[in-house]
This record gives sequence, C-alpha cells and structure tokens, in this order.
Amino acid sequence: MRGGRVGDRLLHLWTWLVIVWLSSPIAVMILFGFNDKKSKSNTTWQGFTLRWYGELFDIDDLTTALTNSLVIAVVSTAVTVVIGTMLGLALGRHRFRGKGVTNFLVFAAISTPELVMGASLLSLFVSGNVPRDSVTIIIAHVLFSLSFVVVTVRARVVGLDPSLEEAARDLGASAWGTFRQVTLPSILPGVLAGAMLSFALSIDDYVVTSFVNGSTVTFPLWIVGAVKTGIPPQVNVMGTLIFGIGVLIAIGNAVAARRRT
Amino acid sequence: MRRLTPYLLALPGWMWLAIFLVVPMAAMASVSLQTGNAIDGYAMTFAVSNYTDALGRYSTQLVRSLVYGGLATAAMLVIGYPVAYWIAFRGGRRKSVYLFLLLLPFFVSFVLRTISWNFLLADNGILFGTLKSWGVLPADFHVLATTVAVVGGLTYNFLPFMILPIYVALERVDPRVVEAAQDLYATRTAAFRRVVLPLSLPGVFAGVLMTFVPATADPINAAILGGTANTMIGNIIQTEYLTNLNYPTASALSFTLMAVLLVGIFVYARALGTENVLEAAAR
Repeated sequence: MRGGRVGDRLLHLWTWLVIVWLSSPIAVMILFGFNDKKSKSNTTWQGFTLRWYGELFDIDDLTTALTNSLVIAVVSTAVTVVIGTMLGLALGRHRFRGKGVTNFLVFAAISTPELVMGASLLSLFVSGNVPRDSVTIIIAHVLFSLSFVVVTVRARVVGLDPSLEEAARDLGASAWGTFRQVTLPSILPGVLAGAMLSFALSIDDYVVTSFVNGSTVTFPLWIVGAVKTGIPPQVNVMGTLIFGIGVLIAIGNAVAARRRT
Repeated sequence: MRRLTPYLLALPGWMWLAIFLVVPMAAMASVSLQTGNAIDGYAMTFAVSNYTDALGRYSTQLVRSLVYGGLATAAMLVIGYPVAYWIAFRGGRRKSVYLFLLLLPFFVSFVLRTISWNFLLADNGILFGTLKSWGVLPADFHVLATTVAVVGGLTYNFLPFMILPIYVALERVDPRVVEAAQDLYATRTAAFRRVVLPLSLPGVFAGVLMTFVPATADPINAAILGGTANTMIGNIIQTEYLTNLNYPTASALSFTLMAVLLVGIFVYARALGTENVLEAAAR
C-alpha cells in the first residue's frame, strides 16, 4: 500500500478543494450582507456596515414574500407529514390491493422533473379554471414533498419489530393506544426527518411555485424577480440568518443523536 | 375493520397522487393536442402539429439542454467520484463531518446560491475584478453569459446529489474484498478497476439519474448565469406557459422533454446492464 500514500494525499486535498468550492458562494452571500454599498448594485465591495441587519424588514414586498414562504412551508409540511406518514405506514406494514401501483406513484413523484410537475399542475388548474394563490402553491408543495416523507417513514416501519405492537395489544391497549404509545415513538425519527426535508424543499422551491403561484410571491420568486433591478443586501442578510439557523438545528440534532446512543 | 386499515391509511396519499400527479399529466397531454388561444379559449383538435411546430422552433434549445445536462453530469462524475471514494475509504471517524460540509450549501436557497455565483463570476466582481486589476487576466476576460458559466453552475448546484449515492455504494464495499484482491496479486489500479468500480456502479447510476434529469430541466442556472445566447428548454417552457400563455406549445414541449429523458434513462440502463432501475434510483 506504500505506493498509495501520495494518491491518498491528493484525494484528501481534492476533497477539501471541492468543499471550499461548494462553500464559496455561501461566503460571498454572507460577506455582501455586510457591504456598505452606495449605488443601486451590490456587486462590488465598498466597505463594512451592519446597516442592513438593522433595516432587515424595510422592504415590504420582501418581508411579505418571506412570510408567505414560511406560512406555506409550515402548512404544507403539516399536511405532508400526516398523509405521508399514513401512506408510509400502509406501504411498510400492510399488504393490500394496489400496493404496487402506489409504490410506483411514489417513485414517479420523486423522479418527475420539477419543471414537468409544475407545467402539468398549471395545465390542470387552467383546464379547470382554478384560481391560483397560496392554496395551489400548498397543493404543489405537498405533492413534491409527499414521496420523501413516505420513503423515510416506510424505511423506519420496515425496520420495526411487529411483535412490540402485538405485545401492546396483548396487554390490552386499544388500536389507537398502541399507535400513540408504541408505533409512533419508534417511527418518530423517520417522521421528523421527513418533516425537515419537506419544510426545506418547500421554502426553497422556485420552479414548481413559479407555475402555480398566481399573484402570490414567495421568497425565491421575489429574489429571481429582483435579479434585473439588483438584489438588495437584505436578501443576503435573510439568507445568512436562515443558513445560520439551519446549521444550528442540524448540529443540535447531531449532538442530541450522539447523546442518545 | 382491521382489513380496511391499510386502505384507510393509504387513501389520502393515494388520492393526492392521483388527483395532482396523474390527472394533471392527462390534462397536459390533452392540452398539448388542442388549438386556440388564451382569449378565445382552447378546443380539442388532436393537433399533432403542436409537437412538430414546437420541435421545429425549439430543437436548438432542446438539444442544448441535453448537451449541457450531459456535460454537467459528466463533470460531476469526474469531480465527485474521487471525493466519495476518499470519504468512504479514508474518512475514518470524520466521515459525518465531511458529509455535513458537503451538504452545507443546501442550507442556502438554490436561487440565492446561483445568484452568489453570479456575484463571484461578475466581470468586475471580487474574483475577476481583482485578478484584472493585478493584471493576471486581460481586461476583456469574462465567464458570465457563456456555456462555461451555465454548465459550471449546474455542476456546482447538483454535485452533492452525485457524491451521496456513490458514497453510499462505496461505503458498503467491504475493505477486506479489496485486500483479498491485492493478496491475489492485483495491483492497486487493477483492484480498483475490477473490484471497487463494479461494486460502486449502482451508486453511479443513481447519481447520474438524480443529477442528469434535474440539471437538464433546470431553468434557473441558464436564466441567471447564461445570458440570452444560452437559453435552455426550461426557460422556453416557462416563457411559453407564463408569458405567452401558449399552453398547447408549452405542454407539447414539456411532454417531449419528459419523453426524451425517459428514453435516455432507459437506454442508459440497458447499456449499463442494470437489472432494476427503480431499485437503484430509489436508494
């Protein structure tokens, strides 16, 4: 293996180069949230300021867009988690007619390009004269997140020992009691992972949302709309704060998971 | 009652998928064969000419999308495989830290990441502007609005989706298998080529599938990094649907895109001899 040492070093270096490359736009985003820009554009560095953190909510449309995104993400995550967990339980635990078709639909929902999904939903809404607003956005977001919740819950259910539930029933627990006290706690990590994923997918989506939004504007839509006139530094600040919160939650999760084991 | 349980559990999800995935596809298929306009309404005329017209007008963008998607996927494979390999076999106890660092970009919105690239690559931005003022680059050097910028942006944005499945496949490879090959006098290269590489192919397949499809259909990179000369099919579909309200043409284009991607996936699966496409992709 001695000949491999140089190769290993090169691979190690390569891995770090890729990590730096992947992180560089994040560094730029954080940096330009502190840019003391004088002109309209925010593309050259003009000095350090904390001003934009103070004026974070001064652009009304942007604040509305961010609020819309958060509300839509919370509602669609809640809906997705409930029906996704139910479907995941059915597919992971039970045998029933139509199971094969359902599995195929779940896979199809993951592999359809977002663009085609958005376009087909728009075709449906246009054909049916359905007005497009937050409701149609939530419908779309539930659709593309659903499969991810189903897959994570199903994986968890399959790994579960059915004799635990049988034991609970033998000890006189009702069906609902068994679910609440035995099944749910053991599949909870899968449900939570699915919930986090669907929240992240919802808050980040541009492509599908752009087809079904009507006049409702979400955070990503607002940003794309503002590209031509110039992205205000507040966008960078919001991005930085969301990034920070996300990283903190992820690290907290990892630490908690390590304690438990 | 117990026999009904699975049906009751599956019903809401099943209905959601049927009403909002299957019916819309049928609606799109129907719209793609209609004639009319946004003001007078549309009527079903089985106008197959929508397809020939759309393809005649936008074949350049369709081919360009497939080429860009293919180039980006190839670049991701070349860049990502060594990373997945190193973390899986040499990552040791820090494996999860490396994976976390690779996933860091996903804590920032896709759109914002692409715009930050735009900042970074701007003609007089912090990178090229500085290099130009040092005289390292000629004053007329630029990357934005070129093929390199779009393919680079796609490569950047989807790279982790290539690395993760390959990592999962490599992680499952028992290092003792590699040692056995070397005990049997295989060189390092031969052991990699004959043992590790074939075992990692399901991961490569899943990675290619997870990156090629979204990269080919992505409208954001081309819109933000590409300028007017690098329009991709995603931008055309968006414009036809949302600005021109030309629903028949837009539907025909969407359907064609999906069909081409499906054929591509099928041919690729056959060429690679992968038995179970669904299983590899679902992992």
